[in-house]
Order: sequence, then C-alpha cells, then structure tokens
Amino acid sequence: MSRPTVADLGASLRRGETSPAELAAASRSALESLAGLHPVLRYTDELTERQAARAARSLAESPEKAGPLCGIPFAYKDVLCVEGVETTAGSRILQGYIPPYTGTALGRLLDAGAVPVAVTNCDEFAMGSSNENSAFGPVGNPWDPSRVPGGSSGGSAAVVAAGAVPFSLGTDTGGSIRQPASFCGVAGFKPTYGRVSRYGLIAFASSLDQIGPFARQVEDAAHVFTAMAGHDPRDSTSSPTEVEPVDEQLGRGIEGMRLGIPREYMAEGLEPGVRTAVESAFALLEKLGATLEEVSLPSTPAALSTYYIIAPAECSANLARMDGVRFGFHVDRPSLTDSYLETRGQGFGPEVKRRIMLGTYALSSGYYDAYYRKAQKVRTLIAEEFDRAFEKVDALVCPTSPIVAFPKGERSDPLSMYLCDVLTLPVNLAGLPGISVPCGLSEGLPVGLQVIGPRFQDARVLRVAHAYQAATPWHEAPPPPPPGAAGRPS
Amino acid sequence: MITASAVSTLEQILSRYEPVIGLEVHGQLLTRSKMFCGCSADYIGSPPNSNTCPVCLGLPGVLPVMNRVAVEYTVRTALALNCEIPEHSKFDRKNYFYPDLPKGYQISQWDMPLSRNGHLSFTVDGEEVRCGITRVHLEEDTGTLQHAGDILQQARSSVVDLNRAGVPLMEIVGEPDLRSAEQAREYLVRLRQILVYIGVNDGNLEQGSFRCDANISLRRRGETELGVKVEVKNMNSFRAVQRALDFEIVRQGRLLDQGQPIAQETRGWVEAKGATISQRSKEYAHDYRYFPEPDLPPLQIGVDFVERVRAGLPELPQQLMERLQRDHGLSAYDAAIICAEREDARAFEELVAAGVPAKTAANWLMGEVARLSRESRTPLQRSGLGVAGLAALVKLVEGGSISGSTAKELLEELYLPGGDPAAVVRDRGLAQVSDQAELERLVDAVIAENPAAVADFRGGKEQALQRLVGGGMKATRGRADARAVTGLLRDRLAR
Ligand SMILES: [Zn+2]
Repeated sequence: MSRPTVADLGASLRRGETSPAELAAASRSALESLAGLHPVLRYTDELTERQAARAARSLAESPEKAGPLCGIPFAYKDVLCVEGVETTAGSRILQGYIPPYTGTALGRLLDAGAVPVAVTNCDEFAMGSSNENSAFGPVGNPWDPSRVPGGSSGGSAAVVAAGAVPFSLGTDTGGSIRQPASFCGVAGFKPTYGRVSRYGLIAFASSLDQIGPFARQVEDAAHVFTAMAGHDPRDSTSSPTEVEPVDEQLGRGIEGMRLGIPREYMAEGLEPGVRTAVESAFALLEKLGATLEEVSLPSTPAALSTYYIIAPAECSANLARMDGVRFGFHVDRPSLTDSYLETRGQGFGPEVKRRIMLGTYALSSGYYDAYYRKAQKVRTLIAEEFDRAFEKVDALVCPTSPIVAFPKGERSDPLSMYLCDVLTLPVNLAGLPGISVPCGLSEGLPVGLQVIGPRFQDARVLRVAHAYQAATPWHEAPPPPPPGAAGRPS
Repeated sequence: MITASAVSTLEQILSRYEPVIGLEVHGQLLTRSKMFCGCSADYIGSPPNSNTCPVCLGLPGVLPVMNRVAVEYTVRTALALNCEIPEHSKFDRKNYFYPDLPKGYQISQWDMPLSRNGHLSFTVDGEEVRCGITRVHLEEDTGTLQHAGDILQQARSSVVDLNRAGVPLMEIVGEPDLRSAEQAREYLVRLRQILVYIGVNDGNLEQGSFRCDANISLRRRGETELGVKVEVKNMNSFRAVQRALDFEIVRQGRLLDQGQPIAQETRGWVEAKGATISQRSKEYAHDYRYFPEPDLPPLQIGVDFVERVRAGLPELPQQLMERLQRDHGLSAYDAAIICAEREDARAFEELVAAGVPAKTAANWLMGEVARLSRESRTPLQRSGLGVAGLAALVKLVEGGSISGSTAKELLEELYLPGGDPAAVVRDRGLAQVSDQAELERLVDAVIAENPAAVADFRGGKEQALQRLVGGGMKATRGRADARAVTGLLRDRLAR
C-alpha cells in the first residue's frame, strides 16, 4: 500500500487486517528511511505504544464508535506540547525541555485515538519559509532533496508527501502550513483564527498562529480539523461558536458557487509555471460549475510590512520567557544580565534574534505609533477588504506561493525569504481559513492552489478544495524516487 | 542668603516649600484563584513553588484565562472611589526581564484601564482634603526573590518562588493632590479602610498585600510649577510612609536651599537607617514597550454589570459612621473609632441588636475589648467569648446581676477560652448582692467597723462616704451593688 490515506488505513483496521501498533511501526520505519531528508527530530516511542494500545482497545470495544482517526499514525510539529515528550520548537534554547502538560488540539487527537509517531523538524520557533532556520539542520524536499520543503512546518509537509504518515500537524502564522504544502504537493489547511485552540502551541505570534493539518486527501484534513476544532476554555481567543459540520459540505460540489480571483495575487512576481498551473485550475473550477470573477484587495502590497511589524512585536514578548531561569538551555554567569545575554545569545539562532530585534524596535517608546499602531490600522484595512470581497464571492482562489520549491541556500537574504509568503500572510492578518491543494507541476515541482474563505467558513474552504481534488489527479502524484534509492517505503 | 538653611527643620522647610505628593497603591485581591489560572490566590505559607501550574510558571505554550471575579472586585473598588467605568477596556503586556516575572512580561493595563477619574475625600486637622484617583486598573503580581546578598545584581545566589506569581493585583493611582506626609498617611488609612470594608483586600501592609509607592516633589510656596519628582518605595507601614515622606521633604528642602538640583530617581526607604537611599536613576528607566495582550480579547464592561456591582456595594466607612451617629447617637469621635475596623463596627451593631445600649456597647468595645484584642492579638470575633458572649456579659451588668468590676474580671478571664458568663456567675456565686436585707446587714457592719469615717461624714466630710462604700465593696469582694450601698449608707447616717 503506497501512500495510504486515513480512509484506507481505517478500513484495514476495522477489517482486522492490521493493528494500530503495526501501523505505527510501519510509519516509524518509513520515517526512518527518510533520514536523509531529516524531517523527524525525535520519535515518541513510549507515547506511541500507549496510544496504540488505547486505540486498539477502542477499536475492539466498539469499532463503530471509534472515529475515523482511531489507530491512525501521525506526526506533529515540534512546537506542540505533549506531556512527557521533549518539545524544542526547533531551537537550541529549549533543548531538553519536557512539557508537563498536553496542549488542547493534540489532546483532542489523542482522545480520538490517533497515534503519534514522531515530532517533526521545523524552522526555529516557526520563523522561516524554508525550514533552513532549524537549530537541528534543514529538511529536504521529497521531490528533490536539494530543495527546501518550505517552512516553517517543512518536516510535517515532507513526511506526508513521502507517504510515511497519512497526516501530520503543522502551525501557520504567515503561511507556515500552506506554503510547505504547496512546495511538497500535499493539502495543508489553516483554519480560521480562533477555531482551533492554541493552548499548548509554543507561540510565535499569538494573534496570527493557528494549528492545522497536512494530508494528501482533503477529506483526511477535514477529519483531523473536525477532531481538533471547537471552543477551549483554556484559550480565550478560541471562538465559542458552534463548529459547522464539515462532512455535510464535502462532496456537494461547487456548482453555482461564486469564486473570486484577487487581481493583486496574480500580479508580476509569479513564476510562469505557477501562473499556468493556477490558471488551468481556475478553468477547471469553472468547468465544475463555479463562476469566477476578478476581485481587488488593494492593500495587499502593504501586507508584508504590516506582518513583519505585528508578528515580530508579538514574538519579542512571547520569547521573553526563554530566559534560562526555569527550563531549557542555560548559560551560568556570575551576573544576572550576563546570564540572560549568554543564554539568549547562544540559545537563539540568527533569524529569531532578527525578529526579536525588529519587534523590540517597533514597540519602543517613540516608535510605537509609527510602526505598531499603524500596522494594526493597516491590518484592520486588509481584513475589511477581504470582508468586502466576500460580499461578492463565496471564496477566493489564487496561488499559494508565487514560486515552487527553491534550492537550499538560495535565499540567504531575509527579505527575499519573506517575499515567499506574500500570498499567504494576508490571510493570517485577516484571521481567515485557507487551504493549499496541489494543482500541477512546474518544472517537475508541485504548485499549490490556495482557497480562502470568510471567517468560520472553514467547511466551505474544504468543500471547494475537495471538489477540485475530486476532479484532478495532482494529489495522487507521488514525488519521484530519490536518485539511487531502491524505492519508496511502502 | 539663608546660611543656616542646611540644617533647617521640617517646620522651617514646610514654611518655605509646599510638598506635592501622589501615591500609587497595589492591593492583592481576595479572589479564590489567581488572575489567569486556577491556582489559589492564597499563597502565604505554601512550600516554595508549590502553588503553581504551567500558566503561572509561564511555560511555553500556555495561555491566560481572565478571572472574572477580579474584574468585578476592581470595578467594585473603582465605584467605591467614585471612578468612571468606561465600556471598553483591555489588557496590555508590560515587558521587562526579571527572574520573578516568569513570562518576561506582566499582563497589566496601559491606555485603557478598567476605571478612571475618581476621588477620595477625608479630613486632616479639620481640613477637608479631596484627592483625585487617576485610575484603578488590574494586573498580575510577580513572584518573590530571596538573595544571598543585598540586591540581585550583586547577589552570590538568588532563589525564586513563584507562589505569588499571577495573584490578582489592583493598582490605584492617586493624583498628586496631597500636601503633607500626614495627608498621605490619612489617604492610605482611608483607602485601606475602604478596600477592607468592600471585601476586596485584607489590608495587610506587613505581608505586602497592600503596598504603597509615593511620588514627591517640593516647590516654593506660591509657585504653581511642579518640582522634580522622586519615587519612594519599600514603605511597609503607615508610620513608614509618614517618616519616609517627612525625610524626603527635609532632604529635598535642604538641597533646594543650597541651590542644588533634585535628581529624578527612585529611592528606597530603609527603616533601620530612618532614611531613603537612591536605587535607580532616570537614565536607567525602563522602556516597557506596552502593547495589547493578544491572548486576551478586549473587555466589554456593560452598564448592566456596572449597575449590578454598584447595587451590591456594601456600606462604605463614611456612610456607616454617619449612620451610627444618626441612629445610635454616637459622637463623631466614637463613630470614627468604632468604624476604623469593619469587624468592630459589626460587633457594635450586633451588641446593639442584642439589646445593649449604644453608648455602653461603644464603651466596652473602645475600652476593655480593644485592650484585650490588642494584647492577645485576637479580635473579638475570633476570641472564644465572641460577640454573643460579650453581649451576654454586658447584659448581666445592665440587668444588675453582676457589678461592673466583676464583669471586667470575667471578660479578661473568658476572652480567649470562651464560656457562658451567666453559668460562671451562677457556679461561682459572683452574683451582685442586691438583696435588701443582706445589704442592710452589710451597711450595719460597715458603720460599726468604721467609727472614724462615720464621724467624719457626720462632721460634714462628704468624701468619707466613699471610704465607707469602699469598705462594703471590699467585704463582698466587689459583688455589692455600689449604688444601693451608697443609698443605704446615706439613709442610715442621716438618721
Ligand atoms: Zn497557576
């Protein structure tokens, strides 16, 4: 069984052909064979065993009651806290840190019987678009190991693309799920801000972060989303509104739906292969019964600078707790100030330091109004422009990334790296749901189609993506076998 | 010009300069749980770092959840201090590094506090003082540090205890409307009294649940421009506040007399030295980089909520004092003493309700009970005797069953262990001698045993009668009804 889906595995489990422990073991050996790509930071052995046993019991007791994720192996990004499992956020400063509690979203997956197998590599504190900022080394793209998988959830995208697990978890602050999904040719879904609890997610930028799934099938992503979504009293920013059932929406098709193409997202800067792939996706959506029209989001050019004020400002405070006093990496010096300086100086990598500096500056007395306050105003403007667009259309469709996966080391200039996220970060600024699904290849590398919906219309976004996938083969296309390899793990 | 000015006294300085004082008070709220997590807000006495959870430890990935009761208590305080409650409020992050601050920022309120524009009025030496309240806002307390050495930067080692971290803390910022150390002290006394009355704070300065920092500057009398202000910290009692401010007035006055500038700085009061010492100058002032707390939605304080809190506001000290004067005929002086502590005022009302005359109740509370309460460090409510026991005792006196002196002895004896005064009186035969025949026998015996005093009285010396009454009291070990004995003596000796 190559690159099995959640549904495939669930069916074999229910037929008694395999067990959660066997599936977890198979996933583990598949992940081990990916060592060359370095997508895994550590295995969750003890937890895996415990959870597999729990899932086996649930399946044995009442296979009907056990949900679709029961017994299904998965991997999660190294920013999600699980009691007893080392969590480092891809950073040296948290090396050895073992959380004494389990976050809500992951806890809900555990309750649904899903079996964690591995913790995936990512950019340090989720800051990056290429996974080259991990303190533990970069990740290779399964389609071409010399290229990046995207970031910051690069490891989670890579393990799903390679077929080692049917789904994984990532986090998305400015595109960190959708962009690596696009680069690796899988589905990656960022829910509406406030739909999935952030409790237990090591914060990068609190007003932008959101946990979401990677899967090859949109319906698998939908199952994972459904298991995690909903109000959490531990997260005051999680919405108390009812979660709209996704199942009912999937499979309804998009006949009669109005889809908007933001003009500004199709502007110059798009690689020709990306443009071609996305435009043919538009044509197909029209063939499936949707009407497409151009819409305008005029403030789009301001989104990047807005994002790079708000996100660093929040991270400058969020990362202040990494001070070496209570946990993680610590450099002992006779004076307190020197201990702080050395701990943080050696503990953080250059990109994290850069963003802490940017954020500290933007919040400094005398600069606050010119930067932070202004950025908040532009953020409101951007959200209002989306609102107006959604008065005319049901959802927006556009490229996820203007480019395909680039070679490691190519974008050493931070600004060129930041530009990778121009088409994804406005969605975080507005708190909207967005998904990337594969829509073709450009020079042999995957291209992603992004679907964006109004706040809390997560089901609608999944429905459009599902309809597109149902009519296209792109999500079935596996990455080519690495040169010299005997074959992909099965 | 004034050559002797370097040694000017406080009075001399006050004759030339006007102090301008503003106080910032931090009060821990008497909520059950901490501000943003479920840990107990009552941390005193817990083993170090035991009263903690991932949230108040500031572990990666945790989020704050606001304590609604803390918001209600802050609004209650703000209303008691005549503040406006804006409809919109929010929390902000105040950023600085310190080991007692687990997140590296304190969740506080910056530009949209829960309340503003209030005032507190009181009198000092017959003068009405109205001190503006700039704002009352809500934040979280820090942990505590202990250093091997004086201050953290020079300590050989320090230990952190986060039991206190996250306890709800209310900050009450006063306007610089106070003009003397006495006014500052009285403001604090009144403010503390209000917070304790409305049940939001226990008013304990020693343990730091009620803390005060002061800003003080001097200006020449008649001038309107403000001088350079100095912040004074570490004052752990009302007395310390008054002493520290008087010290600052003298220190700053002497510097100004000598034409020297006042440094804008933070100074700490050192009780043992009776002086303030410089802690931090303006150049090292923090840039706290406040910004809105993204983990908490903005607060909407509805009019309904405010009105509900207002309706539930208990009687404030000023209102209670006026009522006790009006309803029970207490003097302003007695009412102020009875109302200083809410517990005393409550005991007074319970005594009166139990049938004790108001003045009698006040006298007992302000006299013997106050002394025993102070000496035993046990207020009446927590004594074994309790308010009901005291009422029973006082009623025995009022009903003529026992004498006043017996009652005082019994109060002392029963105060801590408690007991039924009537039963003790019965068991020990302490009842007042008021039987007519017995009293007559007593008076006859006294007259027979004191011929000299009888002669003196008959010779016109009125005081001699007191000697005879005393003799009667002595003979009955204080149990005789002194008034009846006096009457009988007069009768007999007049014949
Ligand atoms: Zn706690």
